Amino acid sequence: MRISLIAGAFSAAALAPTIGAAGEWDIGGEVAGEFRYFPNDPLYPGQLEHFQPSISFQPDIRWESEDRKHQFVVIPYAKIDSQDDERTHVDLREGFYRFNADGGWSLTLGAAKVFWGRTESRHLVDIINQTDAVEDVDDEDKLGQPMANLTLINDWGAVDLYVVSGFRTRTYPGVDGRPRFELPVDTDEEIINRDWGRGAIDVAARYSHYIGNWDFGVSIFHGTSREPRFSPIANSTVIRPVYDKITQGGIDLQYTKDAWLWKLEAIVREGHGDTFAAVVGGFEYTLYQIFDSNADLGLLVEYQYDGRDLNFVQEPFGPALAAPVTFADNDVFAGARLGLNDPQDTSLLAGATVDTNDAFTGVFIEAQRRIGQNWTTEFEARLFLNADEDSTAFDIRDDDFITLRIARYF
Amino acid sequence: MLNLRLPLRKSAASALMMFVLVGASALADDPAARGETPEAQKGYDISARADRTDNGFGDSRVDARMVLTNRAGQQTAREFSFQTLEKEDESVGDKSLVIFDSPRDVEGTALLSHAKILDPDDQWLYLPALKRVKRISSKNKSGAFVGSEFAFEDFTISELNKFTYSYVGEEDHDGMVTDVVDRFPRYENSGYTKQKSWVDQDIYQVRKVEFYDRKGALLKTLMLSDYRDYDGVWRAHSLKMVNAQNGKETELVYEEFSFNNGLDANDFEQGVLSRLR
Repeated sequence: MRISLIAGAFSAAALAPTIGAAGEWDIGGEVAGEFRYFPNDPLYPGQLEHFQPSISFQPDIRWESEDRKHQFVVIPYAKIDSQDDERTHVDLREGFYRFNADGGWSLTLGAAKVFWGRTESRHLVDIINQTDAVEDVDDEDKLGQPMANLTLINDWGAVDLYVVSGFRTRTYPGVDGRPRFELPVDTDEEIINRDWGRGAIDVAARYSHYIGNWDFGVSIFHGTSREPRFSPIANSTVIRPVYDKITQGGIDLQYTKDAWLWKLEAIVREGHGDTFAAVVGGFEYTLYQIFDSNADLGLLVEYQYDGRDLNFVQEPFGPALAAPVTFADNDVFAGARLGLNDPQDTSLLAGATVDTNDAFTGVFIEAQRRIGQNWTTEFEARLFLNADEDSTAFDIRDDDFITLRIARYF
Repeated sequence: MLNLRLPLRKSAASALMMFVLVGASALADDPAARGETPEAQKGYDISARADRTDNGFGDSRVDARMVLTNRAGQQTAREFSFQTLEKEDESVGDKSLVIFDSPRDVEGTALLSHAKILDPDDQWLYLPALKRVKRISSKNKSGAFVGSEFAFEDFTISELNKFTYSYVGEEDHDGMVTDVVDRFPRYENSGYTKQKSWVDQDIYQVRKVEFYDRKGALLKTLMLSDYRDYDGVWRAHSLKMVNAQNGKETELVYEEFSFNNGLDANDFEQGVLSRLR
C-alpha cells in the first residue's frame, strides 16, 4: 500500500513537465537527528532503558506550472530508530496533484494533509489525517491520507469537500518503546469495523469563513474513526486496537480582539458507545514587546471536557472499551509562549495540563532556535506528574523524557 | 473608481489613463487626514501626490530578499514573495500576501493581511508544517517583522489616510530638491510619534523617512532608492533601514515587479492559504 502510493506519486511527478512546458521545480528537504533520554528506569519488560537516538529524512519535491494552475508535491518520510522497531517507519507525508482553476476552486488528488481547528491544547475537530503517534505524544505528527479534496473559495467563505479512502491505522510504540501502556498496542491485531476495511470510503465537508473579528468553521465527518478503541486479548500481553465507523460534527470558533484570541472547538460524535460531546475552549493573550524588547509573551488557558463513555462492552471479538481512551476528559491547560522575534526565530512554549478529577498533570517545554541559515535545534521535555493508580496515565508515570533534535534543511 | 479602473487593468497602454484617473481621486480626500491649517494641507497634498503616483497597478507580484545585519556585522538573509491586491479606494487598505522562501525551515509560511485605514488590520498566519491557518492579532503594529528592523506598520506607510501631515519646508537631499513633510499616525498602537519624510519634486517619490519613537527620539532611518517606472507606477527597489538606537540594519531589495497578473479578491481569502504550495 505504502510502496504503491509512493510509486504513484513519483510517476505523477514525472508527468509534471509534460503538462506545462515551463514550470518551477523546488527540491529540498530535511535530515534530522534526534536524541531522547528517559531519566527513570523502565517499568515494563522489554522497554528501552534510557537512551533513544534516531534519525529521519524528509525530502520535499515540488513542481508548479508557470501559470500556477498545476501543482505536484511529493514528500516521503523515513525514520530509523535505534531502539524501537515500531518507530522505524516510512510514510508518504504528501504526494498529490492539485489543479487550481480560475474562479477560486481547486481539486487535490493524492496523499495530503489537512488541518481543521483553532485551539492549542487539544485538536478536537481535526480528523482527516491519522496521528503518527510513534513520533511524539502531542498528536501533531500526521500520516499522509489519500483523498480527493475539492475546495471552493468565495467571498462568502471556503467550502471543502472530501472523499477519503485508503485508511491509515495509528502507529504505536512497540514492546521496546517508551512511553507506553503496560501492555503494548499491537498493530498486527487491529480490527477495522468497516465492510471494505481500509478501502472503505469516508466523506467529509467543512465550511469556514470570517465576519469581522470572528473566524469560524463547521465540519462533518462520516467514516472510520482515526482514534481506535482498545480491546484486551485474553491470555495475551498485547492490546488490540479497534477502528469503528463514526459520524462526527464539529464547530470551531475564534474571536480576535486587540491582544486577545478567544478559541473554541466542540464536537458531537456518534458511533463510540453513547453519542457524546467534547469541548475545548479558552484564550490566548499576548503581551507584545515585553521589557522594551522585540519579545512577545503569550499566555494561554484552555479547558477541556469530554463526555465519552469508557465502560467495557462485550464485542464479538471480546471485551472492549466503548470509546477510545482520552486524557482530556475534564482538564485545565495553562501555558506560556515566548517568541524573541530575533533573526534566529528563538521561541519557547511551556505548559501544563491538569486533570481536575485525579490531579494527573502533564508538563511540557518546547524550545526552538535556528542556527545559521540551514540548521535548527529543538529541545523538548515532557513530564508526567501525579499519575496515581486511578489515573489513565498511571502506566506512563515513569516515562518522563527529554528530546534534543538537530535538523539540517536543504 | 473601481468600475472605471477594472477594464483598464487589462491594457498596459492604459497606464497614462490610470495616472489621470488616480489623480482624479483627489476628490476622495479624507478631510480629517488633510487637516485645516495650510501646513497640514500642503503636507497632505504632497503626500497624496506621492501616494497616488504609486497607484493604479491593480495587483502586483514581486520577489524580495531581506538582509539583516547586526551590530557586529553578522548577516542573515530571508527571501519571500509579495502579492498585493490594490485597494478599491482610499477608504480601505490593500490586501497582501507574503510567502516565505527562506530560511528553508520556514519555507511556505505565509502572512495574509487585509489592511484597514484606522481599524486594526485583519491578519492570518499559515503554518505549513501543521497546515494550520491562524487568525492573529494585528495589535502588534510596532513589532519587528521577522526579526528585522522593519516593523509591521512600516509596510503600510504609503496608506495616505493613516496619517495627518505638516509641511516643514524644502531641503536638498542626495542631489535632489525635496519637500520635507512630517506625518503623524492616526491609527492606534503605532510605535511612532512622528515620521519625517523627504519627497522629491521631480517624480514625487519618498526618498527618506525618519521614524521617531514614543519618547520623540530618532529611532531609525529608511532610505529608499533605485526607483523604477512601470508605465507610470513607481516602485523603489532598495529600502535600507538603519536603527539609530541599536546599530542594526535591514536592507530589503525587490526584484522586478509584475503588475496586473489577474489576481482577484478570491486570491486573498484565508481559504487560499492552505493551497499555496
